Amino acid sequence: MKLKEQKSREFLELICIVCPLGCSLSVTKSDDRIRVRGGCKKGEKYVKEEITNPRRVVTTTLRIKNGVWPRVPVRTSSPFPRDKIPELMKFLSSLEVEAPQKRGEVIAKNLLGEGVDLVVTRTIERKE
Amino acid sequence: MPRSIRGDVVVIGGGPAGMAAALSSWEAGAKSVFLLERNEYLGGILPQCIHPGFGLQIWGEELTGPEYAEIFIENLNRTGVEAMTDTAALELTPERIVKAVNPQGAWEIKANSIILSMGCRERTRGMLQIPGYRPAGIFTAGLAQYLVNIAGYLPGKDIVILGSGDIGLIMARRLTLEGARVKMVVEIKNSLSGLVRNYVQCIQDFNIPLLFSHTVTEVRGKERVEAVVISEVDEEGNPLSGGEREVECDTLLLSVGLIPENELSRQAKIPLSPQTGGPWVDEDFSTDLEGFFACGNVASVFDLVDYVTLVAERAGRAAVLARPPQEKHILRAGEGVHTVIPQRIREGKDGFLFIRPQKSMKGVTVSFWEREKIFYQKKISICRPSEMIKLDLAQIPWPQEKGEIKVEIKGTEIQGIS
Ligand SMILES: Cc1cc2nc3c(=O)[nH]c(=O)nc-3n(C[C@H](O)[C@H](O)[C@H](O)COP(=O)(O)OP(=O)(O)OC[C@H]3O[C@@H](n4cnc5c(N)ncnc54)[C@H](O)[C@@H]3O)c2cc1C
Ligand code: SF4
Repeated sequence: MKLKEQKSREFLELICIVCPLGCSLSVTKSDDRIRVRGGCKKGEKYVKEEITNPRRVVTTTLRIKNGVWPRVPVRTSSPFPRDKIPELMKFLSSLEVEAPQKRGEVIAKNLLGEGVDLVVTRTIERKE
Repeated sequence: MPRSIRGDVVVIGGGPAGMAAALSSWEAGAKSVFLLERNEYLGGILPQCIHPGFGLQIWGEELTGPEYAEIFIENLNRTGVEAMTDTAALELTPERIVKAVNPQGAWEIKANSIILSMGCRERTRGMLQIPGYRPAGIFTAGLAQYLVNIAGYLPGKDIVILGSGDIGLIMARRLTLEGARVKMVVEIKNSLSGLVRNYVQCIQDFNIPLLFSHTVTEVRGKERVEAVVISEVDEEGNPLSGGEREVECDTLLLSVGLIPENELSRQAKIPLSPQTGGPWVDEDFSTDLEGFFACGNVASVFDLVDYVTLVAERAGRAAVLARPPQEKHILRAGEGVHTVIPQRIREGKDGFLFIRPQKSMKGVTVSFWEREKIFYQKKISICRPSEMIKLDLAQIPWPQEKGEIKVEIKGTEIQGIS
């Protein structure tokens, strides 16, 4: 019984990035419970999200045809599941768009079925 | 013959500082404002900083660099500011004459006020004196950022990054996402130079090793970088013998600091501060030479574009008001302080004071000394060299009599990340 409990328990050290203090939080994870020590309430919330569902805003560039620049920068409309970022990057590297592109426009919808869109961050005019 | 023109305000450099300064000069009533930018686009360094993290302080929203820049460009287009891109200022005289060139020819602009906003340059390998041949494959992190994000070209496949500054950390993530292998980040100091957030999201997320108290002591390869030698260093940063090891790579990125770009300021004989590398300025970002203002990274390296915008707006307004010279307090960086900006206080009634600490510390007290006496103290929980401490000037009870004031920071030192 004891042994089993040991196996399913995990210890982690995470740095909280919610405020400039950057506390080191120690996290104990058993099957269904996450215990956080060493920070405030906000830090606890951050760590729980970071462990159960880490997300990041992804920014990159896409190839653009007939633009004054060869790349157009883009961002995800909201944070995207971190573990699927490599897959997302692979998909995005296969995309090519046509100039002009305007800042704020949605260039691709519902990326990998995650309900997150891709938005242009710099207006790229068409090459004359 | 150069074409001669006159202007109320001439702004040199069209980055975030120059754009905000030109805008606020216009809004303060200047009749003619010229904004000179040597690149073919406005925005300075921002269009290449495609990651989020800009504007949180000003707009409460995290934008990417290109978005932040474009908002200012659109605002400028709605004014009568004459933005001249592809235009490099080459000469500046103390009489406020700017000589510039662009594809249309040579220009000579005489101005009532001149605002310097030329930004900064990155330190290069020559300044670090790393021995070895001069093979291809050594880039500053900012140049690599331009190549990847604007020119669409990957500078290498196996990468070592020297320096844990923010541009280096951001590029570690960017290059990894683009399919390169970032083998390690090497930092000569025993603590992080950049923001903790960038460490977590750019380094930890991708399991990139970060070695503190290490540096690159040799670059191997003749035509192209083949490897670098890294060594552990002592507290003074001197390599320890016996601790060397070779790391194979084809590219070395340098993220080892920025230097304000002040050739023109020197030509105009504007007094420069040895600490910041930029002109001495007061809370209006007025330099010690009448009619000249300096804002943004040309005055002191700012890490947040938001702060650059705030100070540039003050400079833009002050350039139109053109208040006469007067006696000012002189601020000096004391113990624990790397730089203070502004270093002159005219009245101290409004505006900001930015203090960059020398070290990461907890339980921090910032003290203001007039001669032998502390006249103001402020406690803060933590400070790091990567983040300037921002104070409101109006909070501080400035002494009646103008004189020298020393700023000091004390606290308990932190090593590593946190
Ligand atoms: C490589 C690099 C990357 C950075 N990345 C980040 C980041 O990721 N996040 C962040 O928050 N901050 C970043 N910064 C900090 C950033 O510099 C500031 O936030 C801000 O861009 C400073 O604005 P500025 O207008 O003072 O300077 P800059 O943005 O550097 O603009 C200066 C402008 O002046 C022009 N200029 C210079 N000399 C002349 C001349 N003689 N004639 C005409 N024009 C001239 C230059 O071409 C340039 O466009 C970075 C800085 C650098 C150098
Ligand atoms: S735990 Fe709380 S105090 Fe510590 S860094 Fe996170 S938000 Fe800040």
